[in-house]
Amino acid sequence: MAIVTIRRLWKEYGEQVVLENLNLTIADGEFVTIVGASGCGKTTLLRMLLGVEKPTRGEILIDGAPLVYEPAPERGIVFQRYSLFPHLTVTRNLLLGLELSGAHLTGRLFGRARRQALEQVHALLNEIGLYAARDKYPSQLSGGMQQRLSIAQSVICQPKILLLDEPFGALDPGITADMHELILRLWEKNRMTVFMVTHDVKESFQLGTRLLVFDKKRHDPHAPDAYGATVTYDIPLNRRLRAVA
Amino acid sequence: MSRLANLHPGTGGTILLGLLPFIVLVFAYVLGSNTRLQENPDDKLLPAPSSFVDTIERYAFQEDRRSGERLWWTDTGASLERLLIALGISGALGLSIGLAIGAVPYVRSLLLPFVAAFGMIPPLAILPILFIVLGLGETAKVALIVIGITPIVIRDIALRASEIPHEQLIKAQTLGASTWTLSIRVLLPQLLPRLIDTVRLNLGCAWLFLIAAEAIASTEGLGYRIFLVRRYMAMDVILPYVAWITTLAFAMDYGLRRARRTFFPWAEAN
Ligand SMILES: Nc1ncnc2c1ncn2[C@@H]1O[C@H](COP(=O)(O)OP(=O)(O)OP(=O)(O)O)[C@@H](O)[C@H]1O
Ligand SMILES: [Mg+2]
Repeated sequence: MAIVTIRRLWKEYGEQVVLENLNLTIADGEFVTIVGASGCGKTTLLRMLLGVEKPTRGEILIDGAPLVYEPAPERGIVFQRYSLFPHLTVTRNLLLGLELSGAHLTGRLFGRARRQALEQVHALLNEIGLYAARDKYPSQLSGGMQQRLSIAQSVICQPKILLLDEPFGALDPGITADMHELILRLWEKNRMTVFMVTHDVKESFQLGTRLLVFDKKRHDPHAPDAYGATVTYDIPLNRRLRAVA
Repeated sequence: MSRLANLHPGTGGTILLGLLPFIVLVFAYVLGSNTRLQENPDDKLLPAPSSFVDTIERYAFQEDRRSGERLWWTDTGASLERLLIALGISGALGLSIGLAIGAVPYVRSLLLPFVAAFGMIPPLAILPILFIVLGLGETAKVALIVIGITPIVIRDIALRASEIPHEQLIKAQTLGASTWTLSIRVLLPQLLPRLIDTVRLNLGCAWLFLIAAEAIASTEGLGYRIFLVRRYMAMDVILPYVAWITTLAFAMDYGLRRARRTFFPWAEAN
């Protein structure tokens, strides 16, 4: 878990103002859902939290310390697609996280360390219902299975913050209920602060403890890029917070 | 399903259709050879198929009177040794430099323009330089193949590395990867199947450079032999040698394809 503070944050691409004057304090263990029109800067915000994009002005603090602008194990990410490793089986996709964070020279674990890691991986595979598919490659999995694996992969290193960018956007609506249950279970168990971007407003109410709506406050019809989006609605959805408390 | 585009041959049909052009070629040759030999029994251009058997018998199973060696196999051994050493060096260099270019933007900026320019040098044009600098021995021949092929391998590997989705690289970093572990655990394994593809596609070039080098300065080798007997218009030697080179190249290509399927099954699916 981590407290995330965003102060006077601006993001511009050249002339285009994407985000303007964002001020937020996100409590420990909060499940933040983010909705907003397409192109309003939701992914951009997530990319800044991830550390692959720098704000033009302003700052992001994690537990009071300035965010390091480089991807780090304390911040996990689930993309909509392409974040599994196609050359590794399901088991090894999960194992890789433990190997990379456990062996800095070889990137591989051996002997007892490997056996222990595999036990952890198998437990997690059982939990996400992929144990039977453990020796398959990602391309042999359905979209929903791939995304479950991707989520599990992101939490295995126990990040303090989990970022999800429309993780279920490409999935069949029929299986999203399962996915919601999984993500909530992992969130409660791992006690992470979660940021999830979604296009599904119902989903954002169901999952979140706090809902942020992004939109432009000001509009200039002659210069559509002159003003950026910011949080226009900040809705606490308290009923879930008790689960972590 | 009556459109031609939708009709697929069965297993037997596939094999038969694949063999058909070969059969046609052999038939056409025998026909042409017969016709010419009937007109002029001393014709050297299209020797009778029986003379190929004689040649193979003479070169592959009898010891040469002067050297006491079975020339067919000495030539094959010499050529394959040069080719495999060169391919090994090119593959290793191409993979490691291509990987470094793919993994580190600074290395990319430093090396990619140079490699691109270097790759434009026509290798045969610098063959004389190689012979002058490295002498007429094995080194120059191997170097020609290496110089000819390595830039292509490097660029292809680097290109493949840049095709790997950025999401994967970011994800690996959020799992604790350093530049080094990212390279060896995420990039390298995904580049290996492409290395096989690249080497396969460059086999033709490699043989070309090999035969060119052997033709100019050598005392043994498949290319040397062909250019040696050319003086006597010995088509009965040249043609079996060409067929043999083709067979070797085809076998290497097939072997590489099988190796790819065996060792990198995940790369077949997409
Ligand atoms: N690297 C970039 N260079 C220039 N402009 C960019 C860049 N990345 C994003 N933008 C612009 O920033 C704006 C916000 O993009 P962003 O991807 O954050 O939108 P989004 O809210 O995630 O939209 P969607 O819901 O469609 O995913 C867009 O107008 C986009 O064109
Ligand atoms: Mg987006």
